[in-house]
Amino acid sequence: MTSPVKNLIEIKNLTHDYGSVRALDNVSLEIRENEFFALLGPSGCGKTTLLRILAGFETPLEGSVTLAGQDLISLPANKRPINLMFQSYALFPHMNVGQNVAYGLEREKLPKAEIKSRVEEVLKTVGLQDKVKARPSQLSGGQRQRVALARAIVKRPKLLLLDEPLSALDRKVRSEMQLELKRLQLEVGITFVVVTHDQEEAMSMADRIAVMVEGTVGQVDTPVDLYQRPATAYVGDFIGESNFFDGIIVPEGIKHASLGVLPGNRYGKDISGEAHLLIRPEDLRLAVSGEHSIPTMVQDVQFYGGASTLVLSIEGRSAPILMSQPGATSAQRGALVNLTWDPLKAIVLPRDSRRSAL
Amino acid sequence: MRMINTLRKVRPLQLILFCTFAFLYIPIIALMAMSFNGSHSPFILKGFSFRWYSVLIHDTRVIHGLINTLIVATGSTILSSILGTLLAVGLHRYTKSSALNAFALAPAIVPDIVLGIGLLALYALLSVSLGLYSVLLAHVVFSMAFVTAVVKARLAHTDKYLREASMDLGATRTATFMRITVPSLAPAILAGALLAFTLSLDEFVIAFFTNGPTTPTLPIVIYSMVRFGVTPEINALATLLMLVSFTAVIIAQRMTRPSEEQ
Repeated sequence: MTSPVKNLIEIKNLTHDYGSVRALDNVSLEIRENEFFALLGPSGCGKTTLLRILAGFETPLEGSVTLAGQDLISLPANKRPINLMFQSYALFPHMNVGQNVAYGLEREKLPKAEIKSRVEEVLKTVGLQDKVKARPSQLSGGQRQRVALARAIVKRPKLLLLDEPLSALDRKVRSEMQLELKRLQLEVGITFVVVTHDQEEAMSMADRIAVMVEGTVGQVDTPVDLYQRPATAYVGDFIGESNFFDGIIVPEGIKHASLGVLPGNRYGKDISGEAHLLIRPEDLRLAVSGEHSIPTMVQDVQFYGGASTLVLSIEGRSAPILMSQPGATSAQRGALVNLTWDPLKAIVLPRDSRRSAL
Repeated sequence: MRMINTLRKVRPLQLILFCTFAFLYIPIIALMAMSFNGSHSPFILKGFSFRWYSVLIHDTRVIHGLINTLIVATGSTILSSILGTLLAVGLHRYTKSSALNAFALAPAIVPDIVLGIGLLALYALLSVSLGLYSVLLAHVVFSMAFVTAVVKARLAHTDKYLREASMDLGATRTATFMRITVPSLAPAILAGALLAFTLSLDEFVIAFFTNGPTTPTLPIVIYSMVRFGVTPEINALATLLMLVSFTAVIIAQRMTRPSEEQ
């Protein structure tokens, strides 16, 4: 399992405008072979533009994209070894499932027998072998998505792009498809790039995630690293639940205006001046007497079966503090509790003006 | 008893509806009934007969007019279907201008007489001698607008990413147009074509202006026959024409139902 990491796609200094709006601003990224990669960000962050450039539907203003070392931008969409699964699935309504899946192979002018066997094989892979003759209008949302997926992977592309693949499905089908997509990716051995605004979707499926912010790449990392060691306050805020404190940097953490010194971990980063301290809800705990702590009041207790969340307030602070605990909690609404945390797990980050409103 | 009950339940609006339908369809029903009347006079009922249908098919003027009309209708339908579809696709893809859309659809709304005079003036200006082909082209002008309207409505309901999906799967632009765009619009194109055909079939005013003297279309033949009084033969002809138009319009309506796919 220690084969050298090879890059499949290399994106360098990509810039693109829509009219006067800068959609991509000097984006550089590497996507590795056989990896499940996610482009994650809110709408308007440039992730869809990047996807359309990879697919060949947009030509960037500046920058280069190579696939296995070869220039991609000069190739038209129909000549690229890349397929896209559209958000709307874009199944051809006048063709049945089999014809939809065979369409791409017919364009390659492959022999009829080969097309037939490959269509059968891929429909079996996605579990739709008995729907060959069905029209897209006769299928459920989940089945349509499987057809769209089959139609894309039957071409055996080097790269499969998926545009918000799960957004059109209801909750139950969505989690099924999440597992299914991951299984398929391992099975067919194609590099997947999924575009999504849903961080849970990205976190649960992807090997690595690029968090995009206003046309730039904020951070590229594994889901665990993104969560535990965000590079910026924006990323820390975007991924998962978080509690932020603002203050001035001091050697052991930050100095908050009213709460005093809050200890945290700088991870060796050189930070000066204003800074944020990020503490995840599960890293907070109730303090025993004598420990360094901050006083809070319980505003609300939410019990989710496996875990509970305490919503706490601090005087003079509008944003609530979230703390999660495994199992049920004995805390009562209105109770005064002292909170503490492991300074190693609290992250000190440089001031970030883009951190979304808190 | 039950009938009286149902009659009592008829509300005023339903009564108006009923009267409207009666107003619309009684003349047509009367005409159809008369076409099967064996007598020469509409005031004498002489029993069911196909007599007038037989007279009709032996009338060379009518047959000649019918052939002319079929040539015009078929030709203008084919041309207007192709041109109207291309126009609809072009408007849908490349313009958001509502003025341009209105211009494309205007020939359907412009009074026939204006279109007729205008075309006649144009033909005169270009010194084109009049004949069936000048009627055919004149019919293309307005029926193209109908095809465009129907196809455009369909385009608004189709997935705008179908084309990109086709290119993504390796198809060229031409293959995409022929295999994806046209087939996914097929029901609308066919509906538009049927409309164009029925409109051309009984079009009188424009044909009257743009036709040559030796090639009367069926409506012109009927007009000249009616001038000497309505014969039961014309009732038979009208019944047949109506049958064709009704069938075509019903098929066209079924095809444009947006619910059938997606």
